[in-house]
Amino acid sequence: MTAATGTPVIELRGVSKAFGERQVLRGVDLTVDEHRAIAVIGASGSGKSTLLRCIDLLEEIDDGDVFIDGEVITDPAVAPVGVRRKLGVVFQAFNLFPHLTALENVVLGEMRAHGIGRAEAEERGRALLARFGLAGREDDRPDNLSGGQQQRVAIARAFSGRPRALLLDEVTSALDPELVGEVLAAVRDLKAEGMTMVIATHEMSFAREVADEVAFLHEGRILESGPPEKVLEAPEKQETRRFLSRLLEAGRL
Amino acid sequence: MTEAAVISDRRLEREAAKRRRELRGLAIAAGSTIIVIGGLLALVVTSPGWDTVKETFFSWTEFKDSFPDVLRGFWLDVKIFVVVEVVVLILGLVIALARISRGPALFPLRLLGAFYVDLFRGIPTFLLVYMIGFGVPALALSGVPTDPIVLGGIALGLSSTAYVAEVYRSGIRSIHRGQRDAARAVGLTDAQAMRHVILPQAVRRVAPPLLNDFVGLQKEVALVSILGPQEAVRIAQIHQGANFNYTPLVAAALLYLAVTVPLARVVDRMTEDED
Repeated sequence: MTAATGTPVIELRGVSKAFGERQVLRGVDLTVDEHRAIAVIGASGSGKSTLLRCIDLLEEIDDGDVFIDGEVITDPAVAPVGVRRKLGVVFQAFNLFPHLTALENVVLGEMRAHGIGRAEAEERGRALLARFGLAGREDDRPDNLSGGQQQRVAIARAFSGRPRALLLDEVTSALDPELVGEVLAAVRDLKAEGMTMVIATHEMSFAREVADEVAFLHEGRILESGPPEKVLEAPEKQETRRFLSRLLEAGRL
Repeated sequence: MTEAAVISDRRLEREAAKRRRELRGLAIAAGSTIIVIGGLLALVVTSPGWDTVKETFFSWTEFKDSFPDVLRGFWLDVKIFVVVEVVVLILGLVIALARISRGPALFPLRLLGAFYVDLFRGIPTFLLVYMIGFGVPALALSGVPTDPIVLGGIALGLSSTAYVAEVYRSGIRSIHRGQRDAARAVGLTDAQAMRHVILPQAVRRVAPPLLNDFVGLQKEVALVSILGPQEAVRIAQIHQGANFNYTPLVAAALLYLAVTVPLARVVDRMTEDED
């Protein structure tokens, strides 16, 4: 089932979210069309993770609405479980299930949430692990895998439910520098396949390479968005320039 | 390579020093143990009443006479323990899940769970055995068990379940929230997340404290003797009463140790594995 032409896969309208007194999102508007990747950049604490969590209904928003394929999902009548089954999430800290093997991590959702039989789910799971360079590691528990391997298992897990879109939350931030490349390669691979993605990231060079659009989140608002070459190289806003120059100083650009 | 063949003098020196240190440590440990244990033994053996105590608590003939009976009684303790423990492990989980349930509709469940734990953890097990063992039959209701073994088992179970429920609950709460996020993100319902992701990890984590409660319950089975069943302690008491000699009670104590000490070692082993 494909959406009608012109209907965005994900759309946020005026999304606000506070944790107690702390206002994290202040009316965020964001549109993600099919096959497009949007990189959300911004300082730590700017609300990138919260934004992704709100889309997957892991947080309840206070105001505004989120739409998937044109249908509102932030309505009390909508069951969150059905929405989450349409999306895949990759977390900063991997969040693999430590008591399960790599393969079991990948097939758990397929079998329990999507009702696919074990044989079929495992066949697909093995193929997915192989695709992300993890052939032969199917029976390893997360403990026995490197950070980069764990994150690739997490990507395979998020992808296994054939999601309409993937939400990637700082997927390389917890990795040793030499392991970042292999995880980014996996994301690049998904992008090449036409996966719709929202990527919260600190890796500006990666954002420039993979994203069709970059959105700069600052104090809970999207201050500026557009093609990567524009936002990253000729930003309009003072805040964006300041953020980018700080990254430059830190050697992250 | 010749690496293994060439051992420097410096290294030999260090190894010799290390050996000397170890030997000295061993000697000190042995010496202090002999002094402390020997001293305590000497204190007991030279006490004015030792001869009487030896005769009334550690009589070999009494031990031989009573041991087979006490052992037979102990078999009943073991049976009660096993049955009650299985029920406790299941009921404890049910109550823990009731206490951590969410949503306004389940409020009564949370309330009942909290009430249960407060009540049965707060009453001395000894009193519970009395109240249920003698109180329930006094109601004279038809269909209600009157067998003291069953009633005693129920009393022990009620008390132990309260502790075990709290152990499960702390285990469930100790699982990082990222696990629940990930489970929900792959599309599991809250119940599925609990069943497939949270509980398997939580139960593994609390296995050592659960085993600890095992040992506690195993000892408490002796309280069933209050109600009269011929289990180890009761039989030991009967022997003791007949001959005015406490050795049969020591025999019962040894039987308990024979079970609880190996269990304790298993707990130790599991706790060490965690590190």
